[in-house]
Amino acid sequence: MSGTSLVSARERAIAVLGGEPDDATLRRYLHGIAGVDAVGLEQRAAGLGTRSIKTSSKKWALDRIIELIDLTTLEGADTPGKVRSLVAKAVNPDPSDASTPRVAAVCVYGDMVPFAVDALGAAHGDPDDGLISVAAVATAFPSGRASLDIKLADTAEAVAAGADEIDMVIDRGAFLAGRYGLVFDQIAAVKAACARPDGTSASLKVILETGELVTYDNVRRASWLSILAGGDFIKTSTGKVAPAATLPVTLLMLEVVRDWHLATGQRIGVKPAGGIRSSKDAIKYLVTVAETVGEDWLQPHLFRFGASSLLNDVLLQRQKIATGHYSGADYVTID
Amino acid sequence: MSFLDYAPAPESRAILSLRDSYGLFIDGEFVDGRGEPFQTISPATEERIAMIANANPADVDAAVAAARRAYDRTWSKMSGRDRGKYLFRIARLVQERARELAVAESLDNGKPIKESRDVDVPLVAAWFFYYAGWADKLDHAGLGANPRSLGVAAQVIPWNFPLLMLAWKIAPALAAGNTVVLKPAETTPLTALIFAEILQQAELPAGVVNIITGAGDTGAALVSHEGVDKVAFTGSTGVGRAIAKQVAGTDKKVTLELGGKAANIVFDDAPIDQAVEGIVNGIFFNQGHVCCAGSRLLVQENIHDEVVERLKLRLSTLRLGDPLDKNTDIGAINSKEQLERIRTLSDIGEAEGAERWTAPCEIPENGFWFAPTIFTGVQTSSRIARDEIFGPVLSVLTFRTPAEAIAKANNTPYGLSAGIWTDKGSRILAVADQLRAGVIWANTFNRFDPASPFGGYKESGYGREGGRHGLGAYLAPAPIGQSSTSHAAISGRASTAAVEADASAPAKRSRTAKPARTLKNATKGSKR
Repeated sequence: MSGTSLVSARERAIAVLGGEPDDATLRRYLHGIAGVDAVGLEQRAAGLGTRSIKTSSKKWALDRIIELIDLTTLEGADTPGKVRSLVAKAVNPDPSDASTPRVAAVCVYGDMVPFAVDALGAAHGDPDDGLISVAAVATAFPSGRASLDIKLADTAEAVAAGADEIDMVIDRGAFLAGRYGLVFDQIAAVKAACARPDGTSASLKVILETGELVTYDNVRRASWLSILAGGDFIKTSTGKVAPAATLPVTLLMLEVVRDWHLATGQRIGVKPAGGIRSSKDAIKYLVTVAETVGEDWLQPHLFRFGASSLLNDVLLQRQKIATGHYSGADYVTID
Repeated sequence: MSFLDYAPAPESRAILSLRDSYGLFIDGEFVDGRGEPFQTISPATEERIAMIANANPADVDAAVAAARRAYDRTWSKMSGRDRGKYLFRIARLVQERARELAVAESLDNGKPIKESRDVDVPLVAAWFFYYAGWADKLDHAGLGANPRSLGVAAQVIPWNFPLLMLAWKIAPALAAGNTVVLKPAETTPLTALIFAEILQQAELPAGVVNIITGAGDTGAALVSHEGVDKVAFTGSTGVGRAIAKQVAGTDKKVTLELGGKAANIVFDDAPIDQAVEGIVNGIFFNQGHVCCAGSRLLVQENIHDEVVERLKLRLSTLRLGDPLDKNTDIGAINSKEQLERIRTLSDIGEAEGAERWTAPCEIPENGFWFAPTIFTGVQTSSRIARDEIFGPVLSVLTFRTPAEAIAKANNTPYGLSAGIWTDKGSRILAVADQLRAGVIWANTFNRFDPASPFGGYKESGYGREGGRHGLGAYLAPAPIGQSSTSHAAISGRASTAAVEADASAPAKRSRTAKPARTLKNATKGSKR
């Protein structure tokens, strides 16, 4: 996977903004974007949530959800053993059904990357080739409260250990204080730290932590800011703050991605993370993606679910379709 | 496969147990009509659903007589609290049978099941719940103490929201103590007849609500009938005008809810994605068969191209087809006649030089369909900017300043509703203040609530439905001298005052009002 190259991202931002990406220019730009009406946004999201996905569409949707999952463990108690167990589940989600697709990636803390890479072995690679990527959270996840040097070291170390994707957090404090230039520079610097010696680069997912930004206007501005600074993906949440991903927030971020595509022709990914636990909910997200940015976005390089318990619910639904009856929690493996 | 070609998700018709033919609902029973029966069809397939009785003038007589009897003997004598109990019961039964009603509505009207399921039927229940609460609180309706009911209400409703319009009419009428003869539209009588079954289930006293079916002549016979005290009509301005002439000079009270050509005004600071949703909801909800539809889009010239481009993208995702499919956004046009009207006016729009754009939709072979259509380059002088099309057709006009927006919005013989889209709160208030329309939505459109009054200016009609105002349309102040009786009742000196006052009331009123008042006062007295 190749992300947007750094030089072009900065030049692109200057072209879009009409000036250097400092606080004043960014403020002028971000505050010039049309506002969001919360009631209308939530109404639209609720409307998309009423789509009825049945039979063949449901079957397709369930498989696709699995292929879009970043199977995640982000606990203080994570151990090499836990990570190996997660990887085994990612490679072979349902031992009772060999036709089950693999997930897109496993998502772990930076220091767990070597164990994940090791456990994946030959299965490590691009999800487009049916392989599994390793995503690492970085930049003092989840709070992001550390110096830039530490954030960059955190990132570089994970990339060096074999991470294909970096999930960084933005500095919400700086954003809320209006220091958009600082947020921009940090994202750009982390993007640079994603580079590998061979000239390729790990893909960068920028976590907005929408639960701390609170207003939809903030979410929209932070989305634009992250894309301008070179993020390949914009991601809702760390999963450590409530509310995490919601359908209205994801719809809003998809609208930004759609507008960016209309304006520049470039495609940015979206990753809702945290709180999506049921197949039914996940299908609502697929519908929202398909009806907002288009069906093309339903591929691992453009859309992901950050989730852990979602996978098992999808597997139960798959089994139900295959056998005609519901099984139970003990017919899927815990991880 | 393409994910967006969602697999069919049809709502089952199995829940419906329809009869082959339906009679008139008079005096609590279904009886045969004396006119030639007609069929009601599904506009999506043109298949017959059922045969429907046709009420001739003799049937209208019978229905009005039944309503009068029920008024005199039962309903006007009943306490508000007991009337409220019946209304609550009806509301709960509507909720219990919600899915059945939604399927029947979509089948007969052609509207998408998601709209009948999520909008129409829940609002019907809400309307009955709301007015049920009012039934024993009429002293607070704004007409002083002891307002009196009017008598028999003749109600004629349209085909666009068959069951919802029934609820708008029947709920306040019954809460206020009137009895009802209602005529649903010729093309959509089905849910009203199922509602009649609900009334039987609720054991509403016979004759309190009578439902007669038929065409325009039945409606005309009903509203001109000498035995009715109140006429409530929702429908076209032409028919409304005829009714106004017919009842002129009589002592019938009238409310008319007629056509509209609402302006949906989008300023350049609007929340653009939500505004696009609001435009879609404003004109393509219910195939545009909405009297308050936002059929004139007034968009600030500096964002015209962007809004139109986004609108086209959004319209391309709308799904037209089987109204019973849960994923359908645009259902069938209700009748061939209406489809012709939409086609004719659209052709005129094109001939007048407006640019026509139609969403790419596959049109089913049978039934009546019209794909969502936008006209750009429409001028205020164009017919499609002036005539009510009552279909999924949007006329886009531009403006430069708020003053111009207001002038263009008001430049119509109608005045039912309007919409304002802007992020600036002060502008919402300033513009709303100057729009001459009964309902003004800010950053939303086509939202309804039973507590909110609804009605028009100018040729959109008069009177208000919904809220306390809607209740007032079915009440009259107590005759002079009686309004103080409720205070007298509290001190236990009520009965004489009431009887004295009643003696001076007009003959027809005293016949009906006297027992009610005596009963009410007696009840109050006994409590003390």
